[in-house]
Amino acid sequence: MLRQTPSQTIGPFFGFGLVPAQYGFAGAAIGSGTMVTDQVAGQRIRITGQVFDGAGMVVPDALIEVWQADAAGRYGGPAQEPQAGSPDAAFTGFGRVGTGAKPDARFVFETIKPGSVDALQAPHLHVTLFMRGLLRHVCTRIYFSDEREANLRDPVLRAVPHDRRDTLIAWRDETSAFQTYSFDIHMQGERETVFFDV
Amino acid sequence: MPTRKLIASSHPPYRHRDYVSTRLRAPEQPLLRVPQFFPDRAGPPIGSTMLAPVDADLTKNGRCNGEPVGERIIVAGRIVDQKGRPLPRALVEIWQANAAGRYTQPTDQHDAPLDPNFLGAGRCESDASGRYSFRTIKPGAYPWQNHPNAWRPNHIHLSLFGSGCGSRLVTQLYFPGDPLLTLDPIFNSVPAGARDLLVAQFDLDRTEPGIALAYRFDIVLRGPRATPREA
Ligand SMILES: [Fe+3]
Repeated sequence: MLRQTPSQTIGPFFGFGLVPAQYGFAGAAIGSGTMVTDQVAGQRIRITGQVFDGAGMVVPDALIEVWQADAAGRYGGPAQEPQAGSPDAAFTGFGRVGTGAKPDARFVFETIKPGSVDALQAPHLHVTLFMRGLLRHVCTRIYFSDEREANLRDPVLRAVPHDRRDTLIAWRDETSAFQTYSFDIHMQGERETVFFDV
Repeated sequence: MPTRKLIASSHPPYRHRDYVSTRLRAPEQPLLRVPQFFPDRAGPPIGSTMLAPVDADLTKNGRCNGEPVGERIIVAGRIVDQKGRPLPRALVEIWQANAAGRYTQPTDQHDAPLDPNFLGAGRCESDASGRYSFRTIKPGAYPWQNHPNAWRPNHIHLSLFGSGCGSRLVTQLYFPGDPLLTLDPIFNSVPAGARDLLVAQFDLDRTEPGIALAYRFDIVLRGPRATPREA
C-alpha cells in the first residue's frame, strides 16, 4: 500500500481559484451555491448558515462543499452504482460556497430537497468543510427538521449520541415564505458539530 | 491468513500547536465512525465538459497585456490510488501566489506587487494513465502572522477529486531545497516520515528547453474504504 499524499490546509486565499464568480473573478467554476436551474425537478429550498470557531467568532474563510441526491433520491455522477431510473440530468447535486464573499460570512445554497436514497436513510446532504487552520477537511451531514419520522429511522443519525444529533439538523424557518433552513456549523465547544470519520 | 501491513497515517493531526489557527478551529470531539457513510464508491459528478486546455496554463490564462513575470515552470505527475493504480479523470484545481508572493485575492494585504498578467489559478483533469500537467510561474514566499517573522515557503495549493468522496484531498506542493520548509508549521504538521511526499522533485526530462524548468509531483489518493467482505 502506498502512503496517501498528506492533507494540508486550504489556507485563506482560495476564493479566486475555487469559487471565482463569488469573489468577483471571471471564469467558470465546477460548483456554486446555486445548484438549481429551471430544468431541475423537485421542491426548491434554501439552506443558509454560518461557521463558528471555538471562540464563537464567525469564520470568514471557510469553503463548504455539499453533495446530495436528486428529488427522487438518486445520486448523479460517473462512478455511481446502477440504480433504477436515471438521475435528473439537469442536477449535478454538487454545490460549493466560500464564506468570505458576504459581509456576515454567511453561506447560502439554493437547491432542492433531496429524496430518500433508500428505505432507511432520511433525506440529507453530505458536507465537506475546509478552512484556514483546518489541516484536514471534515465531513458531516445536513438533515431536515421537518423529516422527524425519517430522521428517527436513519442509521447514521442513530449512531450519533442523542445529545449531539441536533447539530446535524437544518431548522426550518417558519417565518419565511420560501422554504428556508438554517444550519450553523460549530468547530468546537458545547454545540460542536458531529464530524464523521469517513 | 495474510495480515494486512498497517501503515501509519501520513496526514497531519487537526490540532498542531505551532500552527496557531488550529487552536480554535480543530474539532475537539473524536470523529464518529459510521459504516456506509458515503454511497458506495460514488462521488460528485464533476466532469471534463467545462475544462479548456488553457485552464492548465497559468502563464496564459490570466494575461491582460503581456507575459506574467517570474520563472516559468511545468508541474506534472501521476495520480494513483494506494495500490498504485492510475486514476483517470481526476480533477485537479490549483491556486497560488505570483512570483512576488502576492495572491490575486483582495484580502491578501501583503505589500508586494500584483501581476496584471497572472491570475494564479488553473485546473485540469488526469488522462487515461493518471497523468496531469500544468504550466505556471514559480510562486514566491510570503510573510504571515502565525509567529514573529513567519514566512510561508514557496508552495502551490492543490484540490483533488478522485474516484469518490473518500478520495477528496486538499494539499500543498513545496519545492526541493527551500530553506523555509523546516521552519514552516504547516509543512511540519505532517508526520516527519511523510513530509517528503509534499516536496516536488526537479525533473530535467520534462523541462521545455529554453522555456521552462519542470517539477514532478506524484499524488496518491485514498481508494474506497475496504468493506468487511474484502477484509
Ligand atoms: Fe498559500
